[in-house]
Amino acid sequence: MSEFSGLYAIWNREFKVYLRERSRIVSAVISPLLWLFVFGVGLGSAVNVGNLNYQTYIYPGIIVMTMIFSSIFYGANVVWDKRLDFLKEVLVAPIRRSTAFFGKVLGGVTDGIIQASIIIVLAPLLGVSYALNFVLVYVFLFVLLVGLVSIGLIIGSWMESPEGFSMLGSFVTFPLFFLSGALFPIGNLPAWLSAITFVNPVTYGVDAIRGLMLGTYHFGLLVDFVVLVIFALVVVVIGTLSFRRMKL
Amino acid sequence: MSTPPIVDVQNLRKDYGEFTAVGGVNFSIEEGEVFGLLGPNGAGKTTTLHMLATLLRPTSGTAKVNGYDILDQPGKVRKSIGMVFQEPSSDDLLTGYENLRMHGLLYGVPTDSREKRIREVLELVDLTDRKDDLVKRYSGGMRRRLEIARGLMHNPKVLFLDEPTLGLDPQTREHIWKYVERLVVEQKISIILTTHYMDEADRLCDRIAIVDRGKIVVHDSPESLKHALGGDIIRLQISNPRLEVIKALPFVKKVEVHDATVSLTVEDASSHLQEILGMIGKVDGVELRPPSLNDVFLHYTGRVYREAEAEGGFWQRIMTAEARR
Repeated sequence: MSEFSGLYAIWNREFKVYLRERSRIVSAVISPLLWLFVFGVGLGSAVNVGNLNYQTYIYPGIIVMTMIFSSIFYGANVVWDKRLDFLKEVLVAPIRRSTAFFGKVLGGVTDGIIQASIIIVLAPLLGVSYALNFVLVYVFLFVLLVGLVSIGLIIGSWMESPEGFSMLGSFVTFPLFFLSGALFPIGNLPAWLSAITFVNPVTYGVDAIRGLMLGTYHFGLLVDFVVLVIFALVVVVIGTLSFRRMKL
Repeated sequence: MSTPPIVDVQNLRKDYGEFTAVGGVNFSIEEGEVFGLLGPNGAGKTTTLHMLATLLRPTSGTAKVNGYDILDQPGKVRKSIGMVFQEPSSDDLLTGYENLRMHGLLYGVPTDSREKRIREVLELVDLTDRKDDLVKRYSGGMRRRLEIARGLMHNPKVLFLDEPTLGLDPQTREHIWKYVERLVVEQKISIILTTHYMDEADRLCDRIAIVDRGKIVVHDSPESLKHALGGDIIRLQISNPRLEVIKALPFVKKVEVHDATVSLTVEDASSHLQEILGMIGKVDGVELRPPSLNDVFLHYTGRVYREAEAEGGFWQRIMTAEARR
């Protein structure tokens, strides 16, 4: 019972802090809309992606991009918790380290879901239209977010300084995004590039969300789901171990 | 009378490779007692405290806290103690109330008693009217008080205070001391505190262990420690002391020379002062005072005590926090 209330305590704290940092929410929403507008319209005038408007085509990819950036950089909170010594309060409490980890995962997933929802609501204003398959979209977003947030937390548990975190964080986020098919179809890439996109778990997230919203798949929902669940499980295990190793 | 000690430390040791941070310490704390680990920075006080709080695994030795073994029953040990860290460890983007509530949840304090306990501890540290302010609007002293209150939230048997007034101004320190004295009376709790301030140890502690380089050199009540030196201190400013003559006097317990200053530990010093001055000839200055813990430290370690500032003090930490995001 105490583990459960501990989990709630940590989630609740992350959520409150998130709501109090408005600038973070605003920038997390503005930048994807900018991407969608500038990149979508600009590049869209030169690129042809079948019968879909390019802006509409990259829209699910932009949602996933927002998830990648906000989830990975959410892990910086762990570094700040170390810096502020707040982490000590959590580590000396009579709860398991895995509880602390899962509380933080849920906090990050909540942030991501809120951001995704804002973009989903605002998109029609930019002329993007999509199918309304919300339940499945959110199921996939959830699994993807669990995996991405865990990666952020793992990096956070390793790093001591915010500077070190942003270096490693950027190093991880950019390939995850650019090599995911968020901005281009992965069907006719050169073999080496297509091999890289196939091992990137985010590719399957983009494929599922794009499929659910626009009806065009590369792998199909089942493959996407299985790969994402395995990805999430693996990083959750690594994350739990990393938290257990973390020292004061 | 024979209640078991609330903290019982046996040969506790922590090595980091070649370096020994804590070299096998033994002590015990009775229920209701305020026990102090006093020593310079780097003496191993915080390391000892962290081992007792199960945050750090000892290299060898063990301890019992509230009857639970720190190696075998860390969960029960954690529930038995309230920890107030050296650095501010509350979340400054939460309010005082929210920090306390979160602590209650982490420690599994039942919902019905939680709100009542939050009111009690806020009352105890006089923060009731500021409970809904974000912690970043708190002063250093308020923050320290909040963290003491937080440490008490789950009704622990022992409160751990790691350098409770480090980096606070004299007036705020005085305040914190008053709160600590108050909670000893009102909460009937045992306290173990570390400090490198002599006056703090002297004022708050029933018993003190003087720690130097990972070892406890002596432990007793502050009064007994001072009394054991055998008299008061006479300090003489003198350029050419006739040491042999003074040393021969039966009531002079100890003679120490630092440059042009001679420190004498003298039994019944006030009645013998005239005699000493008569024998020693012309002096440039005289000071007579009761012994302090500084003298005790000097006596047992052979070194002059310096209350050097710790690195990364309280304010520096708060400045770091302000730079957040």
